[in-house]
Amino acid sequence: MQSTKAFKSMAAAAAFMAGCAFAPAPAAQTVVKLGFAAPLTGPQSHYGEDMKNGLELALEEANAQNIELDGKTAKFELVTRDDQADPRTAVQVAQQIADEDVKGILGHFNSGTTIPASRIYNDAGVPQIAMATSPEYTRQGYDTTFRMMTSDTQQGAAAGEFIVKDLGAKNVALIDDRTAYGQGLADEVAKAVEANGGKIITREYTTDKANDFTSILTNIKSRQPDAIFFGGLDAQSGPMRRQMLTLGIKAPLVSGEMTRSDTFLKLAGDAANGTYASLAGVPLKQMAAGEKFEAAYKARFNKEPGVYAPYAYDGAWNMITAMKEAGSAEPKAYLPKLAALQRTGATSENIAYDEHGDLKEISVTIYEVKNGKWEMVKTMVSKAN
Amino acid sequence: MDILFQQLINGITVGSVYALVALGYTMVYGIIGLINFAHGDVVMVGAMAATSLVLALVAADPAGVSAWLAVGAALLLAIPACMALGWAAERLAYRPLRRAPRLAALITAIGVSIIIQNAAMMGWGRNYLSFPHIIEPMVFQLGGARISLLQILIIVSAVGIMAGLLAVVHRTRLGTAMRATAQNREVAGLMGVNINTVISAAFVIGSALAAVAGVMVAAYYGVAQYTMGFMLGLKAFTAAVLGGIGNLGGAMLGGLLLGVIESLGAGYIGDLTGGVFGSNYQDVFSFIVLILVLVFRPSGLLGERVGDRA
Repeated sequence: MQSTKAFKSMAAAAAFMAGCAFAPAPAAQTVVKLGFAAPLTGPQSHYGEDMKNGLELALEEANAQNIELDGKTAKFELVTRDDQADPRTAVQVAQQIADEDVKGILGHFNSGTTIPASRIYNDAGVPQIAMATSPEYTRQGYDTTFRMMTSDTQQGAAAGEFIVKDLGAKNVALIDDRTAYGQGLADEVAKAVEANGGKIITREYTTDKANDFTSILTNIKSRQPDAIFFGGLDAQSGPMRRQMLTLGIKAPLVSGEMTRSDTFLKLAGDAANGTYASLAGVPLKQMAAGEKFEAAYKARFNKEPGVYAPYAYDGAWNMITAMKEAGSAEPKAYLPKLAALQRTGATSENIAYDEHGDLKEISVTIYEVKNGKWEMVKTMVSKAN
Repeated sequence: MDILFQQLINGITVGSVYALVALGYTMVYGIIGLINFAHGDVVMVGAMAATSLVLALVAADPAGVSAWLAVGAALLLAIPACMALGWAAERLAYRPLRRAPRLAALITAIGVSIIIQNAAMMGWGRNYLSFPHIIEPMVFQLGGARISLLQILIIVSAVGIMAGLLAVVHRTRLGTAMRATAQNREVAGLMGVNINTVISAAFVIGSALAAVAGVMVAAYYGVAQYTMGFMLGLKAFTAAVLGGIGNLGGAMLGGLLLGVIESLGAGYIGDLTGGVFGSNYQDVFSFIVLILVLVFRPSGLLGERVGDRA
C-alpha cells in the first residue's frame, strides 16, 4: 500500500514536469525561499487565497524546470504568513519573513499592509513585488519595490480618459468620501480629465458613513455636469445613484472598483443602469495567455481563478526570470535584472517596470450596468506616469 | 431660485425625520430629565426590522408584493418591536437609577446604546441591508424643483404623526398626566398620577415614533446598517436642543430647521466662502448650530428658562 501511494504522488509530480520529461540528472539542489504574506483569514481571505494559488502555480512550474542558479538546481519554496490585512500584524510577519533568509517577497496584498512592510524588506535588501495599488508604495525612494498590478494613478488615468474621450463629457463634477482611497482616486481622475481636455467644474465632499447626498447633488445639478465621478465605496455610490435619478440628473455616474460590486447593484436597484466603474486588470479571455493560465489553474486547484491569481502568477515569474537571467538568487545580483525586465507573461505580452517599479503598461477595464448587471464596455491600456 | 427651492425640499424631508426622532428625546427629557442616548439605536432597530421583513416578503414572492402592503407590514412589525425595546430599556436600565445622580443615568444610556448596536451587529451582521425598491419612483415637477412620491409621503405622514402626538398630549388623560409629571413628578404622584406608567408611556410613544422614522429612513435611502443610529441620533438630539429640549413644538421646529440649515449649508457654503469651505463641512453645520444655541440661548428657540429644580 505504501509503495502505491508513493508511486501515485510521484506520478502526480511527474504530471507537473510535462514537457521536460527527460530532465537532466539533478545536480546539487538549493532551496530558494520566497516570502509571501496576505490576508489568509478574515473577510478578505478570499483575495489572499487567490493570490497564493497564482504564486504556487508559478513556483511549481519553475521547480519542474530545474532552473540552475548559483551552480545548483533551484527549488523554490514559499514562506507563507497571514497578515490579516492589518498593518500592525503585517509589520510583525514581515520581520519573521525577513529573518528566514528569503531571497524575494511576493506580497503583500493591501496597500495599508504593503507600505509599512516594505521598509523592513528594503532594510533587509530583499526585492518585493506586491499587489498594493496605492501610488505611495513605489514612491518611497526604495529600489526594492515593484508592483504586480495597477497603481491608482494608472486606474485614475484610465477612468479620466474614458470620461472625456468615450463618454464625451467636457464638464465633470467630482465627489469623494475623504478617505485615503476615495480622495486619492478622485485626485488622479481630476488630473486625467484635465489632461484630456475636460474641465472639473466642481468638487464636493461626503464621508464614508453618509447616505444623504441630495444637497451636494442639487448643487452639482445646477452646474450642469456631463458626468459625475465618485471616489468612494459602494455603500455610498448606491444611494447616491438613486438620489441622482430622483433629482433628475441625466449625467452618468462613474466610479472606481469598489462600486463594481453586487452590493452596489442591490443598493441602487433599478437606478443602477447606466453607471460606469473602472476595475484594474482584464478578464482572463482578454489576456495574452489567459486561457492557457485558466486551464492550468483549473487543473491544479479545480476551480476558477479570481481577478488577482494571474497577476500574482506573473509577478512570481517576473522574479524567477530575473534570477534566471542573473544566474543567481542573490538579491544584489538579480535586482538590476528585475528592474530591467522585459518579458511576455500570462497577463500581458509586454511586462516591464518603470523607474519606480510600476508596470509600464497595465490594462484597466471599464464596466457598465446594463439590465441590472455589470457588463464589460472596453479595456484600456494605461501607461505609467 | 429653483436650486433654493430644491434644497428646501431636500432639507424639509430630512428635517421631518429629525423631528420625529427629536420628539423621542424631548419627551423623555421633559419628563425625567434624561438624555436617552440609546434613542438613535431604537431608530436603527426599526429600520433593520422593517428592511428584513420587506426583504423576506420580496424573496417569498418577487412579483406579487404590493408596495403598500409590504410597507404596512413593515410598520406593523417595526412599531411594536421598537415599543417593546423602549419599554424594556426604561424598565431594566433607567428605572433602577431614577433616584441616582443624572450622570449615572446618562452613562447607562450610552451603555444601552452600545448593547443595542452590538446585538444588532450579531443578529443582522455587519453588511448593509438594502431596502427593496418597491415604492414606485414617481417624481413630481414643482416649478423647477423635483419631489418624489416618497418624499411627499415622508413629509405628510410626519406632519400627521406630530399633530396626533400634540392631540394626545393636550387632549387626553394620559397627556394631562404626562404634562403634570413633567412639571413636578412628586406632586403629580401625590395627586394620584401613576408615575411609572407615565414614564413608560413616554418611552413607548417615543420609540413608536422612532420606528416610523426608521422605516422612512430605510425606504428613502434604501440602506440600513447597525451603525446608522449613531449619527441620526446625534442630529436629532441637536434638533431637540435647538428647539428647546423638553418642548414638543420645539423638537418639531428644531428638526425641520436643522434639516434645512444642513441642506442649504452644504449647498451654498462653497459659493458663499469662495471655495474656502466645501461640502465636507456638511455635518459640521449641525454641531456649529448646537454650539451657537448652547452659547447664546441655552434653553433653545422655544424653550423656557427654568432654574434647576430641586
